[in-house]
Amino acid sequence: MNMGVLLRLALLLLLVAFLANPQAFEPLFAPFAANGAAAIYTQSSLLSLTVSHLSMVAAATIAATVVSVGLAILVTRPSGREFLPLSRSVANIGQTFPPVAVLALAVPVFGFGPIPTLIALFLYGLLPIFENALTGLASIPPSVQEAARGVGMTDTQRLLRVELPLALPIILTGIRLTAVISLSTATIGSTVAAKTLGEVIIAGLISNNTAFVLQGGLLVALLALFIHEGFGLLEGALTRRTRSVQPA
Amino acid sequence: MTGAGPAETMSAQADDTRVKRRSGLDRLGAILAAIAAAGLAFQPFSLFRANRIVAAKPVGILSALPPLEAWLLVAVVVAACAVLLLRTPPALRLVVSALTLAVLAVAVGRSGMFLTPSSNTYARVAPGGAFWIVAFAFSIALADASVRLKMSPLARLALLAFTGGALWMLLWSGAWDSLSILREYTNRADVFWREARVHLLLAIGSLAGAAVVGIPLGILCFRVQPIRATLLNSLNILQTIPSMALFGLLIAPLAWVAAHVPGASAVGIAGIGIAPAFVALFAYSLLPMVSNTVAGLESVPPQVRDAARGMGMTARQRFFEVDMPLAFPVILTGIRIVLVQNLGLAVLAGLIGGGGFGTFVFQGISQTATDLVLLGALPTVALAFAAAIVLDALVEIANPTPNRSAAA
Amino acid sequence: MIEIREITKAYDGLRAVDEVSMTIKSGEIVAVVGTSGSGKTTLLRMINRLVEPTSGAILIDGRDNRDLPGHELRRAIGYAIQGYGLFPHRTVAENIATVPKLLGWDRKRIDARVDELLALFHLEPAQFRARMPHELSGGQQQRIGVARALAAEPAVLLMDEPFGALDPIIRGKAQDDLIDIQRRFATTIVLVTHGIEEAIRLGDRIAVMDKGKLLQFATPAEIIAHPATDFVAELVGSDERAFRMLSLTPVSDLMEPGEAPGAPIDASASLKDALSEALWSGRRALPVLRDGAIVGRVTRDSLISRAGRPQ
Repeated sequence: MNMGVLLRLALLLLLVAFLANPQAFEPLFAPFAANGAAAIYTQSSLLSLTVSHLSMVAAATIAATVVSVGLAILVTRPSGREFLPLSRSVANIGQTFPPVAVLALAVPVFGFGPIPTLIALFLYGLLPIFENALTGLASIPPSVQEAARGVGMTDTQRLLRVELPLALPIILTGIRLTAVISLSTATIGSTVAAKTLGEVIIAGLISNNTAFVLQGGLLVALLALFIHEGFGLLEGALTRRTRSVQPA
Repeated sequence: MTGAGPAETMSAQADDTRVKRRSGLDRLGAILAAIAAAGLAFQPFSLFRANRIVAAKPVGILSALPPLEAWLLVAVVVAACAVLLLRTPPALRLVVSALTLAVLAVAVGRSGMFLTPSSNTYARVAPGGAFWIVAFAFSIALADASVRLKMSPLARLALLAFTGGALWMLLWSGAWDSLSILREYTNRADVFWREARVHLLLAIGSLAGAAVVGIPLGILCFRVQPIRATLLNSLNILQTIPSMALFGLLIAPLAWVAAHVPGASAVGIAGIGIAPAFVALFAYSLLPMVSNTVAGLESVPPQVRDAARGMGMTARQRFFEVDMPLAFPVILTGIRIVLVQNLGLAVLAGLIGGGGFGTFVFQGISQTATDLVLLGALPTVALAFAAAIVLDALVEIANPTPNRSAAA
Repeated sequence: MIEIREITKAYDGLRAVDEVSMTIKSGEIVAVVGTSGSGKTTLLRMINRLVEPTSGAILIDGRDNRDLPGHELRRAIGYAIQGYGLFPHRTVAENIATVPKLLGWDRKRIDARVDELLALFHLEPAQFRARMPHELSGGQQQRIGVARALAAEPAVLLMDEPFGALDPIIRGKAQDDLIDIQRRFATTIVLVTHGIEEAIRLGDRIAVMDKGKLLQFATPAEIIAHPATDFVAELVGSDERAFRMLSLTPVSDLMEPGEAPGAPIDASASLKDALSEALWSGRRALPVLRDGAIVGRVTRDSLISRAGRPQ
C-alpha cells in the first residue's frame, strides 16, 4: 500500500518534470528515434498540447455529465417513467457506436478542428454516465424510497437529499469511465486537426519515429492513470460511507 | 415474509402510468413526429455535388423526386407520423415504422437516379438532412415499439435478419447505385471486400485469441487470489494506453521479431501492417475476458456450490456441471463487449497500414471526401450494431435467470 | 383519534381495500392483522396518504387528512417499516433528525431530541450518534428506524411489520420497548402484522382483514372468545386459543391469599406462563411475587377454569 503511494507520487513528479522540461529527458528517448531524428517532439510544446487535450476532455465530460444525469433524472420520475425502457435500450445501442466512427461521422457535418472531436467525445461520453446514473437511481432500495416518502419529504427533497447522494458513487464510476475513454479517444481527434497529444503520436507514425509515439502514448497513459486513480479515491471514500449500495 | 407493501406500491405505480397511457396522445410519438415533420420540411432531402470534392447543393424534397413520388413520400411520412402520434398498438407501430424506413430507403435511391444527369459519372447525390432525421425518428420509433412488445431474443434475431435481407436486396437490386457512397464503392469494390475481410479477421481473430488465453486466465485468477489483483491491475493499466499509441508502439518490437526470429516473417509477422493491429486488439480484449470470467465464477451462489459438494460431486464435476454453466452468460457478456469494442477499434488499424475499414475512413479524412469516410464508417457501425444485437440475444438465451444479466 | 370512513382502494377494478370503516381511539395500539394481500398495508398507507383512496375519507382528530399536502401530513405522522429504510448515506443521528430538520427545528433542539431518543432505545448516544447504518446490527437498525419515526413527537405512529426481520428473542425485547414507549408518550399506534401472536401481544384492539374487508375489530379477548367468521377462528387457531386467552391476563388478576411451595412466579407474568410452570413442576399452586415479596398464590384449578370460553 505504502509502496503504491510512493510509486504514484514518483510517477506524478516524473510527469510534471517531463512536461516542464521535456528536453531533459532527451537521452531516454533518443534510442527510439529513427536515424538521428529528433527524440523530443518540438512542433508544439508538449505542455500546451497536454493542457488543450485535458481541457477538451474536461469540457466534453462535464457537458456529458450534465446532460446525461439530467436525462436519467427525467426518466426515473413518475412522469417520465414511460421513456425508461426505451432510453435504456437506446443507451445500450448507442454504446455500440465505435468512437472512431462517431468522430469520422462528425467531420462531414462540423468540419476539421476541435469541434468534431468535442462532439464525438460528448456523444460518446453520454452513454456510460447515463447508464450508470440510471442504475444508481433505479437501484435505491425500495425501503429507503418508502421511508423518504413516509417521513414527508417532497419530490425535490427526495431527489436532492436521498436519491442523488446515494447514486453519486455509481454516477462517479460512469464519469470516470467516460473521462478515461475520452482521454484515449481524444488522441484520434488529431487526425482531424484537433490540438491533442495525438498530434505527437501521429507525427511519430508518419515519420516512423517511435520516440514520438512513445512519449505521446506514455503521457496520455499517465494522465489516464491519474484520472482513474483520482476518481477511484473519491468513489472509495463515498462508498465506504454507504456500503449498502453496491457499485455497478 | 416481505409483506404486501412493495408489491402494492408497484401495482400502484403501474396503475398510474396505465391511466396516463389511456388518455391523450403518445408523448414519445408526438416528439418523434415533430422531429420527422420538421426535418422533412426544413432540411434538404438530397445533396447534389457536381463532382466528388466540391461543396454540396441542398435539394428540397419536392425537387429531389418526380412530383408524384415526392408527394407520395410526404403522404407516407405524414400518415406514419399520425400513427406514432396516437396511442396505437405497439405491433402496428413496429410495422408502420419498418415500412416507412423501407419507403424512405427506396425514395433516396430514386432521388439519386432522378437528380443525376444521364451519362454523367462525376455528379454525386447523397442523402440530405431530411433523410437522416426522418430515418432517425422512425428508427427510434421502431426501437420503442420492439421494447414495448418485449420481443423474445429469437424474434429480435429474426427482425435483424429481415433488416439485413432487405438491405441486401436494396444493394443487390441496384436501387441505390446512383448514390454517392455506392459510387465510391463501385470504384473500389475489390478493395472494399478485401478490407472487409481484414477488418473481420482483426476483430474476430483477436477476440478468439483473447478468449483462448483470457478464460483460463480468469479461472486461474478466481482460484488463486494473489494473482487476481496483480493481473487485473496490469491489464487495467494496459487499457489506459491510448489505442493509437499502442498500435504504434508495437511496430518496433514486431519489426525486431520479424527480423530476428526465424520463420516469424513467413507467418506474417511484420512491423507494419496487420500484425501490430492484431496484437494491440488482442491486448485490449484480455481485460474484459478475464474480468468477466472472474465475475461469472463469482456470481455462482455459494449455496449452489455447497449443495453440489454436499451431493458428492467431484471438483471436476462441480466445475463443468455447476460453475461453468452458471458463469457462461457472464463470460458471453464479456465476449459481447470485446467483439463490439474490437469492431470499432479495428478502424485504427487503417492508421498504421493494417487494413480494414479504417483505410477508407482515414483516406477519406485526408482527402476531405465525405463519401469515402462513410464507406468506411457505415459498415463498421452496422457490424458493431448487428454484433451487439446477436450477442445480446445469445446472452439472454443462455441466461437461465433473466434478472442476473442486470447484475453482470 | 383516527376515523376511517368507508375507505376503498381499487387497482384496475380490484378492491385491495373494500369499504373499511373503523375508529381508532387516541393513545391505543391497534394491530391490523391478515395474510399477505389482505389489504392491511394498503389500509395503513392510506392513513398517511402514501396511497390515495379511491373513495371514502380518513379523519385525524376531526380533520380530513386531505386538508394538508401529502408531505406535510406525513411529517406529522410517524412511519416505521419492515426494512427500516434507514438512509445509508447518513449517520444514525442524521437519520433520526430527518423530520425535525424538514420541520426546521433549531440545531440545539434537534441534538437534544436525538440524544433523548437514543437513550430511550438503550443506545449510548456518544457511541452511536456518528455511526453509519451499515455498522449496526439488525436490532439496532430497527430501533433507529422507530426512533426516527418518533423524532418529531408525532401523535400517531404507523408501523408496517416493524419487527418482521428480527429473531424471536430480539423481537420480544423490541415489542416490550414499544409498549414502554407507547405508555410514556401516549402515542396512537397502528401496527400491521401477519402474526396473530404479535397482534395479541401488542394490540389493545385487533383488526382482522381478509381480501380487503374488515372482518372483525375488537379486543384480543373478544377475538379469541367470539371470532366473527371462520377465517378469524382459523387465524386465532382453535388448538391454541385456550392458551392465547390465558396469555392476555397477568397473574395478579387471579391471585388469592394463601401459601404455596416452590419457586414463586412474578405478579406481572401472564396466566399462560403460570399454568405452564404449574404443569411442568407438578404443583397445585404457585406463590406469587411482587416487588421482592410473596404476596399470595395462584392455583392450578383457577388457572384451568380461566382458560375456558368466557360465558
